[in-house]
Amino acid sequence: MKAAVITFPGSNCDRDMHVALEQATGQAPLGVWHKDTTLPDGLDLVVVPGGFSFGDYLRCGAIAARAPVMNAVVDFALRGGLVLGVCNGFQILIEAGLLPGALMRNSGLKYICKPQALRVATHDSAFTAALGETATYTIAHHDGNFIADAQTLDRLTGEDRVAFTYEGNPNGSLNDIAGILSENRRVLGMMPHPERLNDPALGGTDGAAFFAGLVCSLETA
Amino acid sequence: MKVRVDITLKPGVLDPQGEAVRHALGALGFGGVQGVRQGKVIELDLATEDADLAKTQAAQMAEKLLSNQVIENFTVTVI
Repeated sequence: MKAAVITFPGSNCDRDMHVALEQATGQAPLGVWHKDTTLPDGLDLVVVPGGFSFGDYLRCGAIAARAPVMNAVVDFALRGGLVLGVCNGFQILIEAGLLPGALMRNSGLKYICKPQALRVATHDSAFTAALGETATYTIAHHDGNFIADAQTLDRLTGEDRVAFTYEGNPNGSLNDIAGILSENRRVLGMMPHPERLNDPALGGTDGAAFFAGLVCSLETA
Repeated sequence: MKVRVDITLKPGVLDPQGEAVRHALGALGFGGVQGVRQGKVIELDLATEDADLAKTQAAQMAEKLLSNQVIENFTVTVI
């Protein structure tokens, strides 16, 4: 699997994402800088990692979503490419219009950083096909409170596009939503960080299973 | 020409920060505060001296970047 990880000023999970992808694929992902205007050829996956791109100025992800590289990421997604956005990456994909809704300040107003139990809400995507019913990944965010209007929520539910839900809602997200898929099921945005629970030394390996499962579903596709 | 863009949360969008401010006001003894909504003010200094053009430009900026129209409304005022 040939993957690329985008780095913005303020990204801080890009290195973890590189390590997790290399462990799962045996191949180092390519690094792409936010000012690049094209993506490398022949990619299977583009990852928009977590962090605090552009210092969360204006709104989380708002400025990164208008960075030069994002035109190429949007084109890649519209051509059916697989795109994963984690945490700030999820915020960026929403701001870029690839996913619906908005991510607001956590209802408890606090930054939350902890392992979080999740339910895998659909297995109908390359990202989730190989997963079990539950998973624990780390959450680390201040603005993960997913909201959308009633019509959008109905659509996400009706089209089976909720990928993950929280077990015990930590941030006020509507319908406990932790991650959602695009209409073509090829773009996944999620607040939890699978790349942070990728090694027993880090407290868990559910994240390693996430990336191994993605590789597995791509190989069998 | 200076233009001000006021960005407010749409009605119905929960505002946890505004709610926290409301509680803090109550704790300070300000009774009767029934609601607080927090927003943003952005002042733009534009090269044009044409007020209509300045408003149009600022509105385009607000649509494309300054506001998130999923959750926010904006108004543009020449100042």
